[in-house]
Amino acid sequence: MQFMLLFSRQGKLRLQKWYVAHPDKAKKKITRELITTILARKPKMSSFLEWRDLKIVYKRYASLYFCCAIDQEDNELLTLEVIHRYVELLDKYFGSVCELDIIFNFEKAYFMLDELVVGGEVCETSKKNVLKAIAAQDLLQEDETPPNALFDEHGLG
Amino acid sequence: MSSIKQVINEAVEKGKEVYDKVRQPNPIRLRDLIRQIRSAKTAAEERSVVNKECAAIRLTFREEDSVWRCRNVAKLLYIHMLGYPAHFGQMECLKLIASPRFTDKRIGYLGAMLLLDERQDVHLLITNSLKNDLKSPTQFVQGLALCTLAAIASPEMARDLADEVERLLKSSNAYIRKKAAICAVRIMSKVPELLEMFLPATRNLLSEKNHGVLITGITLITSMCVQSPDTLDHFKKTVGNLVRILKNLVMAGYSPEHDVQGVSDPFLQVKVLKLLRILGRGDGQASETMNDILAQVATNTEATKNVGNAILYETVLSIMDIQSETGLRVLAVNILGRFLLNVDKNIKYVALHTLLKVVHQDNQAVQRHRTTILECLKDADITIRRRAMELCFALINPSNVRTMMKELISFLETAETEFKAVCSSKCVTAAEQFSPNTRWHIDTLLKVIIAAGNSVPDDVVACTIQLIAESGEAEQQYAVAELWQRLSAAPLDTQPLLQVATWVCGEFANFLSLVGGGVSEGEVVAVYQRILWSSQCSAVTKQYAITSSMKLASRMPGTNSLVAQMVSAYGSHLNVELQQRGVEYTQLFTRYDSMRGPLLERMPPFERSRLRVSQDAAAANAAAAAAAAPLANGLHNNNNNDAVAAVQAPSQSDSNALLDLLGGLDDSANDVPVQVKSAPLPPAGTGSLNSDILDLLGGLGGGGGGDSGGTLISRTVNNGGILDTGLGSASNNLLDDLLNNSSSNLNNSTLANNTINSTNSLPVSTLPSSDEYGSLTIYERNNLRLVMTFQRQDSLTTITLTATNSSTSCNITDFLFQAAVPKSLQLQLLTPSSTSLAPAASLTQFIRVNNPNKAVLRMKLRLSWFADGVKIEDQNEVNNFPPALWQY
Repeated sequence: MQFMLLFSRQGKLRLQKWYVAHPDKAKKKITRELITTILARKPKMSSFLEWRDLKIVYKRYASLYFCCAIDQEDNELLTLEVIHRYVELLDKYFGSVCELDIIFNFEKAYFMLDELVVGGEVCETSKKNVLKAIAAQDLLQEDETPPNALFDEHGLG
Repeated sequence: MSSIKQVINEAVEKGKEVYDKVRQPNPIRLRDLIRQIRSAKTAAEERSVVNKECAAIRLTFREEDSVWRCRNVAKLLYIHMLGYPAHFGQMECLKLIASPRFTDKRIGYLGAMLLLDERQDVHLLITNSLKNDLKSPTQFVQGLALCTLAAIASPEMARDLADEVERLLKSSNAYIRKKAAICAVRIMSKVPELLEMFLPATRNLLSEKNHGVLITGITLITSMCVQSPDTLDHFKKTVGNLVRILKNLVMAGYSPEHDVQGVSDPFLQVKVLKLLRILGRGDGQASETMNDILAQVATNTEATKNVGNAILYETVLSIMDIQSETGLRVLAVNILGRFLLNVDKNIKYVALHTLLKVVHQDNQAVQRHRTTILECLKDADITIRRRAMELCFALINPSNVRTMMKELISFLETAETEFKAVCSSKCVTAAEQFSPNTRWHIDTLLKVIIAAGNSVPDDVVACTIQLIAESGEAEQQYAVAELWQRLSAAPLDTQPLLQVATWVCGEFANFLSLVGGGVSEGEVVAVYQRILWSSQCSAVTKQYAITSSMKLASRMPGTNSLVAQMVSAYGSHLNVELQQRGVEYTQLFTRYDSMRGPLLERMPPFERSRLRVSQDAAAANAAAAAAAAPLANGLHNNNNNDAVAAVQAPSQSDSNALLDLLGGLDDSANDVPVQVKSAPLPPAGTGSLNSDILDLLGGLGGGGGGDSGGTLISRTVNNGGILDTGLGSASNNLLDDLLNNSSSNLNNSTLANNTINSTNSLPVSTLPSSDEYGSLTIYERNNLRLVMTFQRQDSLTTITLTATNSSTSCNITDFLFQAAVPKSLQLQLLTPSSTSLAPAASLTQFIRVNNPNKAVLRMKLRLSWFADGVKIEDQNEVNNFPPALWQY
């Protein structure tokens, strides 16, 4: 996988993960281009796009679009499963996830993705293991925060 | 005085307030900032919130405040996602990473992955932190470092940290091992020579129980195999292990941890299948080992859900790629056939895409699903229709061409405009290749032109005209009958049809009397009048029509006076081209009436190489034009506006060549694919009459732009001398010389002509090897690579240009290579072996350069082509030819 983007139906970027280096300007251009292209597609169309020399796989969950760019030899049907797995994990973590959860806890959404996909490759196929790792790290964070100031002062809040 | 004091005090108070506001003791929280930004009503409001916050963040950064750093960086990351600049947070991320707190590290690494990439110079700093964290006793700190390294490692980082990663790859902790494996992949891709270092650690990866380590281990091995053929051989022995892993997955009962809708770890299965494909490619023994398991996966995988189909899809790819048994291949194609019937668009799309890949290997197996594929032409999804169309064209063969073409033409009728041009071009090519007889061929082309309406590319018009011109009398008679019917009834807004129809009806007007009960002269003139006076017809169509009416007049004498009237009315037309025709043709009715008959005689069939056209119909336009008439037509090869002139050249009469010469000039001479500028003038003293022609050539040489062409025309027209000169005998001789004597000094300007003549004579196969000059890549952009190889004989260098389509999916059509060399050199471009390039295909074109003065060889290039229908143009200059080409 070369990159993953999450954006809303209004075209607002909610998460971006790049596994191949691009200058900031290029990233913005790519993002804009893909968001416009995908939002213009009709719901009855397939989830795949051929774009430059990449394959774009996208899927809409409620108001959010999940979009992955994969190489020519990658499996687009399986990429849909990776996206679905990510959504399932977010759902488990936030408890029926919605766009607002991802907006206000974007860093957590990133942490989750980093446990599922590393360097553009799936690195854990068990949901349980991913959630376990996230829970353990959240716990590490809580332990460092003085108990009475949990989300009040020193946490990210 | 006191009031001044008061004012100052007040000002100081205010300043303090403002300062306090900006520098709040506690920066606002991340969630509060997000809320603030979200509540902004306008973009400007949002911008002001962000700017204010960024100012506050910068301030705390400057104060080296470490308590709030984490919160501020997190806010900055949100601001960054909204598209605002956040590079000033890069250093802060590094400081966070260096902090001992896990929260700091977590946000710091997240920030590093978002704000840095491998191009940043700050890497030296991060490398140290990474090194420390990779040694951390906390697995999650190690995990963060590995994850970051895998995402943003630069070659320098890869070199510095490879040892650490290799150590972690042998760690006893699965959580660390799996992430280290992906890091190794990244490190190898950045610094290929580090591959060997990870080789020993892969030994145990395939006997892992943990799926995370297994899948990343297989990813690592896969990328090693792709990267180095030696390593590929090394891993051939693991085929058995992989087969066993796959077998366990398929056979194992339900395991809740890795189950996805009844399928056991599809992610792992797909990875294994992919590695098997790479190992089995071109290896009979390895392929045999995996035959059974592939068959098993192909038959046992549940195909009702996307996840099962993902595995089946990967299995099919593997089966088609390795040396599998025929039965298995048929099974694979049948799976794709079943995919085609699936209601899920994605699965249908994947099937068509894959069938397109395998159609050249297993055409017969794919043919069996033809009906289903044809059905997909009617799918509601445009992407599916596009794929289906491409596949249909790949499936056409001599035995099914009639039915396929029928379906494709009915598809063409209702297709979106964006399809029509491509589809009609491909129809023409396919008809050319597989037509069972001329009648069917003509019928098909006419149907294509009718179905595609105004979206027909000009080359299709040229092709159709050419086909009719070279067919037998019976076919021509048939074409006249068909087209007359269309012409008399057609709406006037479909230009290509009108163009073909007027050309054919004019050229073969003698058959009009045989149509139906015979067409009366009055009827014919009425139809032409309708076209010529219509505001719906384009100028080009009118050009066709006016020339056609001239032909008509010479074949049906009864229409003479009416045609003369129509034509003379055009003498004052606003369109220069039409006006010119009007004036010229009026002259033919008045002063040169005696010349009219011979001048308007029937065109001889165009000469062309059939092979070339069958390779690509688009080439036909250029070929036809160039072959039909010398010099002048060569000049307007690419110029569709001149189609009238191009098809209007009765070869018996040299004067006509002159007409064409002028016609060719009126559009930019800079379309000329050769360096005409260097053409020496013919020997002086051929008489005053010739001076006009000499001037013409001079103009050609000096001009090179549309302007000079334009002035030339008006001058000759004003002189009224165009036909005088053209018909004068002295000039005839000169033209003869100019056009036929290719050994003359004018070699250059007759290049277009030459090009055609010499395609057959060029001893392609006898060209000696060109190694001594090496090869030169002169262009590599937009998925196109151009490489030149050289071969030299005295002053004559033959350059072999190889153009390769380096994309994997994009089709290149209408490839056009133009070049120019400095004045003292002469350049000749021979016809390319093709003008279209399938993915990964190549074409060759020979270029001859004559360099008698041993001047430095330089070349300016102009390229144009269509990539999947999208026009791309580019220019380039080549200054790095091997000096050996002109020295010595």
